[in-house]
Amino acid sequence: MLYREAGQFKTSYRADQRIFPILQDRVVVGALLLVAFVAVPLWGSEYLVSALLIPWLILSLATLGLNILTGYAGQFSLGTAGFMAVGAFAAYGFQLRTPAVPLLLAFVLSGVCAAGVGAVFGLPSLRIKGMYLAVATLASQFFIEWLLTRVGWFTNYSSSGVINAQPMVIAGLAINTPPRRYLLVLAVVATLALAAKNLVRGRAGRAWMAVRDMDVAAEVIGIPMLRTKLSAFAVSSFYCGVAGALWVFAHVGSVDPQAFDLTRSLQVLTMVIIGGLGSVLGSFLGAGFIVLLPLFLPSVLSAVFGTALRPGLLPNIESFIFGALIIFFLIVEPQGLARLWQVTKEKLRLWPFPH
Amino acid sequence: MHRLIPQCAALLLALLFALPAQGQGAAVPNEQFMPVPSYRVGPYAAPGTSLYGGFIDYLNLVNVRDGGINGVKLTWEECETSYSVDKGVPCYEKLKGKGPTGASMFNFYSTAIAYAVLDRAGADKVPLVTIAHGRTDSSDGRVFPYVFPLVTNYWSLNTDIVRFIGMRSGGMDKLKGKKIVHLYLDVAYGKEPNEILQKQAALYGFETKLVPVPPPGTDQQSQWLEIRQYQPDWVIVTGYGVMNPAMLKAAARANYPRDHIVGNFWTGSEEDTIPAGEAAIGYISALINPAGKEFPVIQDIEKVLYTKGLGNMTDQSRIGTVLYNRGVMTGIITVEAIRTAQGKYGKKPLTGEQIRWGLENLNLDDKRIGELGATGLIQPLKVSCADHEGGGAVKFQQWDGKQWKVISGWIQPDKKLVRDMVEASSAKYAQEKNIQMRDCSKGG
Repeated sequence: MLYREAGQFKTSYRADQRIFPILQDRVVVGALLLVAFVAVPLWGSEYLVSALLIPWLILSLATLGLNILTGYAGQFSLGTAGFMAVGAFAAYGFQLRTPAVPLLLAFVLSGVCAAGVGAVFGLPSLRIKGMYLAVATLASQFFIEWLLTRVGWFTNYSSSGVINAQPMVIAGLAINTPPRRYLLVLAVVATLALAAKNLVRGRAGRAWMAVRDMDVAAEVIGIPMLRTKLSAFAVSSFYCGVAGALWVFAHVGSVDPQAFDLTRSLQVLTMVIIGGLGSVLGSFLGAGFIVLLPLFLPSVLSAVFGTALRPGLLPNIESFIFGALIIFFLIVEPQGLARLWQVTKEKLRLWPFPH
Repeated sequence: MHRLIPQCAALLLALLFALPAQGQGAAVPNEQFMPVPSYRVGPYAAPGTSLYGGFIDYLNLVNVRDGGINGVKLTWEECETSYSVDKGVPCYEKLKGKGPTGASMFNFYSTAIAYAVLDRAGADKVPLVTIAHGRTDSSDGRVFPYVFPLVTNYWSLNTDIVRFIGMRSGGMDKLKGKKIVHLYLDVAYGKEPNEILQKQAALYGFETKLVPVPPPGTDQQSQWLEIRQYQPDWVIVTGYGVMNPAMLKAAARANYPRDHIVGNFWTGSEEDTIPAGEAAIGYISALINPAGKEFPVIQDIEKVLYTKGLGNMTDQSRIGTVLYNRGVMTGIITVEAIRTAQGKYGKKPLTGEQIRWGLENLNLDDKRIGELGATGLIQPLKVSCADHEGGGAVKFQQWDGKQWKVISGWIQPDKKLVRDMVEASSAKYAQEKNIQMRDCSKGG
């Protein structure tokens, strides 16, 4: 009833090519952005901002990066965390060795570094596909972690291998409170998400999807395999690199290379699958599911059970429930939360008269 | 499916309303809130349950037996960190503001989480206590006013171990030409001792080889092959959780004498040796607190709490183990710090900033330790503005197949060497982070 597009006519190509062609969508997205940019920093609690939203946004960005590669270009990768590590350590290096480079530029450059590394490790994708490629990217994961652990230059010869993010300053403004950090992360993530949305709708995205659906056919119609696959790797790694840099600078403050181990790669891959392959929205939903749910579960469970259970049982029950929920959602909708949302939207259009 | 969606939505809504109800009950005055960021699942669950079980039991003992600290009751809330930064940081954010005056202090028993909340704790003015773990150079209280790596740190520990090996070899001069391997869990925690070990190698003329074990460390075949080829005189181990029994089994398979393996104090608990069975016999480790139930404070816990069913440990056979006692020790230090702060600020709930003063002026001497019923369980501690470590000594113990036997007295660290390195490292940190060093001569 509310969600009906009858009467909304598109009279120009511009209107037809909008990201959100339906008026209601635009209103909702606008309101959401308003809440995210204004209401949350003003009234959000510190816990909400710095324990929930910041890690969620950053991991959404990494998920988006992997989604570009796996969801849109169809190339499997288990090296996400490695590329995040490249971004994190590169940003630290730029801040340390070239203090003249402004912070945001350092983030971009760290993304570029990650993109370069990603493109190099994407080379095997020209010859191998599917699970074999996944194993090849696994090598990058281990290699990068090993390199950052073993070569002291990357950590500025820290004895424990831990890097400490420098204080963040943008144009004289110190980014040192949770709302400021949150706004920085939000601005970066929103900009990059918009860029990704436009990228996948445009020529590059179409080429990626053609390769994903059938690479021989794509090559026959004139899509250059080398450029398309490597650009997917580069763009994907760029996103992961920026996410890694944000993780260190805006979230935890200090990390060792083990913060970006294989577990992180698998976590991001799970986010992509839960959220939905080939969907920008899905990246956010998937990251939200994996990041936020385990943090909500304890409160919910302790509200249900109180102190009736013996200590130590609750955390184990949480793990069970979390695992069960993942399986449940994958059975209900194997194509991810984004697809679930799409189905809901289609039902909403007909509601309340489905026939 | 059609009926599922509204049902799910209703459930979600109900859950959302259930959420805020939780935080409201705690706002009762005259209570001191203590966050308990425990880990009871995952590869580090075995040590985590004992550590935090002992900790909670001691807090509870103070409440039940003494009616709190000078009448101020202790309250606490657990938050599962799983020993991971991803969950540890939200736990910190969730618990730091609870209770009438906020969190008293945090003790994560995880070096990685300690690193991640280091800056936050300073900014929020909540003390971060990292008993025998954490960032070593944070012992320098001039640069890290809110961080307290009490009892001992990894560098002091390493000088203790080298001194012990020297004693066993018949003098420090006999270390010349010896070969010592450092086998460590390849995370920040495991790497902490490397730098000082290499310094000491140069100092005493022994050879050293670093052998990292990728976490969680269940497979160490290749590492022990490497060690066997190198034929070291001693192996120092910095491990944790499931890595430790695996280490002992792998050493047995490689036929390396167990009584030439020296673990640190996180590598020497019953949780490490019992699962390894026969392979653990003869194995030596450092300790900052011994195992045993003979201490009056442990007996009090059994008498006051467990006979009434108030104890935290489900498996009561683990009361009196190394890590359980370490939890109790942590409780003692925590409570005494709060008591010290109460001496200055009054017998009421205190803020983190006030408790920071208590920690910095903590002075646990033998007399006080005796009054607490913990003689032999804990070493004397004297914290100061510049020195946030306080103690530094360790003893050594050997596993005889059934229990740990203490085989040395308190061995003191090479304070000068450690302090110089701490100051150099903290100065570098201060410069990186633009921190103005406190002047400790001005009091505070």
